[in-house]
Amino acid sequence: MAESKPSTPLTGAKSTPVPRKRKPLHFRDVAPYVFISPFFVLFFVFGLFPLLFSVYLSLHRWDPAAGLSAMNFVGLENYIFVITNDDWFHTSLYNTVWLALVSGLPQHLVALPLAFFLHTAFGRWRNSVVGAYFLPFITSTVAISLVFSSLFSRDFGVVNATLTALHDIPGLGWLFPADKIDWGQPQYTKWMISFVVWWRFVGWNTVLYLSAMQTIPKDLFEAATMDGARPWQQFRHVCLPLLRPMVFFAVTLTIIGNLQLFEEPFILTGGTGGIDQAGKTAAMHMYATAFVDGDFGTASAIAWLLFMLIAAVTWANNRFLGQNDKKA
Amino acid sequence: MKPLLITAAVVAAFGAQAQDAKPTITLNVSSFPDLDRGVKAAIPLYKKLHPEVEIKLTSLAYADHHTAMTTALATGANLPDVMAVDNGFIGKFAESGGLEDLSKPPFNALAQRDKLAKFSVNQATSGTGALAALPVDIGPGALFYRKDLLDKAGVTEAEMTKSWDSYIASGKKVKAATGAYMLGNALDIKDIYIRSGLKDGDGVYFDRKGNSLVTSPRFVKAFELAKAARTAGIDGKINAWSNEWSEGFKRDKIATQMMGGWLAGHLNNWLAPEQKGKWRSAQLPNGAYGFWGGSFYAIPKQTKNKQAAWDFIQFMTFNKEMQLTALKSQDSFPVLLEAQTDPFISQPMAYLGDQKARENWKAAADRIPAITIDKFDPVAESVVNAELDKVLEQNKDIKTALADAQAQLKRRVRR
Repeated sequence: MAESKPSTPLTGAKSTPVPRKRKPLHFRDVAPYVFISPFFVLFFVFGLFPLLFSVYLSLHRWDPAAGLSAMNFVGLENYIFVITNDDWFHTSLYNTVWLALVSGLPQHLVALPLAFFLHTAFGRWRNSVVGAYFLPFITSTVAISLVFSSLFSRDFGVVNATLTALHDIPGLGWLFPADKIDWGQPQYTKWMISFVVWWRFVGWNTVLYLSAMQTIPKDLFEAATMDGARPWQQFRHVCLPLLRPMVFFAVTLTIIGNLQLFEEPFILTGGTGGIDQAGKTAAMHMYATAFVDGDFGTASAIAWLLFMLIAAVTWANNRFLGQNDKKA
Repeated sequence: MKPLLITAAVVAAFGAQAQDAKPTITLNVSSFPDLDRGVKAAIPLYKKLHPEVEIKLTSLAYADHHTAMTTALATGANLPDVMAVDNGFIGKFAESGGLEDLSKPPFNALAQRDKLAKFSVNQATSGTGALAALPVDIGPGALFYRKDLLDKAGVTEAEMTKSWDSYIASGKKVKAATGAYMLGNALDIKDIYIRSGLKDGDGVYFDRKGNSLVTSPRFVKAFELAKAARTAGIDGKINAWSNEWSEGFKRDKIATQMMGGWLAGHLNNWLAPEQKGKWRSAQLPNGAYGFWGGSFYAIPKQTKNKQAAWDFIQFMTFNKEMQLTALKSQDSFPVLLEAQTDPFISQPMAYLGDQKARENWKAAADRIPAITIDKFDPVAESVVNAELDKVLEQNKDIKTALADAQAQLKRRVRR
């Protein structure tokens, strides 16, 4: 029997590749996977799982304090409620888009020329000037919001003190209000928040544009100067077209950031959204739905609707700014 | 070798014996500032009674603590043995069913309920009658006022607190004479009026069956009074706990503030220490009695050490010495009736011009009705406040506003 299976010569013929395949696993072989595993572990635990769980959650009614077993499947009810019936969501969405536009657009309209000015006017001092503009971006949002809420304080704020002091200057009086402005009034709340958001991000965009400008070859500007182009013309016809990819990138970041606006309006309105919800953003509404009302299912639905909105607007932006880029 | 072995065995035996005599139990307590100061004060006192218990206190900021506890209850992970719950969250947590029902054996807490301020036990009781937590302190409502400003305007305390109309009329005088706002926000009047005249068992926003009460005459009157105060220009449109608010106290811009008796401690410690002696505490206008805040300790169902936890929260609530220590250290008013009759209650308070204010608070605590708390109260509150803003700022008709609030509530609560 043993002789009838003379497998040695058979395997022997193929023996050269086989042992290599079945070589015991060395640490060296798995090391790459071990080394990149922290990313995947963290991503699955803190990234993918919460993401999928919130999809699951958005289809349920759930009071979290009652434990996981208390989840009730309701299908799309939460989405339908938010879209058709939740007027606070509608208001907050309107506010969000309003704030995104009013704080977002000026960011770029100011940052572009400012970056060009810094690029051309400041030689070696440029970095320290840029640093000053960049500072608001790296400062804590909460700290900034608290400082601004003191500045905009009706009775004791510097803004009102300045405005009323300016009113007292003869000849200038008609330009400025005689009485202190109540910045908490609905007609002012959005402007106030927009200003703070604008102030915070204008430096960030300036840095983005400035770094893009530094990659534009100097010869182009020199050639333009030789042709007699003035600074404005250089900016308009040389700088701006070459910056298009960076404009697309910066505008995309602004869209995403502004549609998720939370901390500034939250602190400036004391967490309530202000009178008549004038400063309540969609992210704030989501937070309140989850942690004040204790309705995590609806809050998850809001989160996904907000995600879809951001995706749609980013796509539109890509069509508008990104596609043209390919032609250029 | 042998002697060594014997020694080891003896040591082991002794060690085991020592452990039998002093089994160390670690009790995890989760709390938030300033309530955690009560736990810190309790540790040495409790150690004397129970040397075998080790108390481990975890304290997070107010909102973070309640978010963490919500998550812990949701997942059943990282639950403490003893969980502090503030008044604002007790309704929600009590309904959830994640906390041990203390009215049942082996706890039978209701047998001792006569020892406590009656309304406090009700606050922690769910709709199904489960007692989710034991109260540790209460916040009897009071009207704090600046005596110097009122004197300047020639307004007396009796005149001011006679009725809400007289309160508003006094406010006009104070504003005219001193320039100070009578109150931070007209909202405060609404908040206290909807709580006045209630009887034991009533709810503020919902009746026992969960029907909304926001269109009742109580709310109409509350909105009318708030509107009257706003029209009279006596409120500063300042929200409590904002920068404007604390600045308003410091600059003599706010003449009165309705809040829990514990505000005296905040005024003294950080809001307005310079105004020492100028403040007084009175009963709320129109004979209203209400509570502001109150804290509780609960035992999560899924925790071990239930016996030790129960023993500890009983100590916090029913031990007179402990209750008085908390009163002295953090101005939290005792929930234990026995502690409320201690001579310390009658001591003059220097900040309030040597007034015996705690006696006032005790008198108020005796008369606060035991109203029921609904899990949807926070939703109702934000809906009603949003409508009140429209009434105050945009001249919305009160009846329409309340009808809208009712409709909103039906939609949001979706029972």
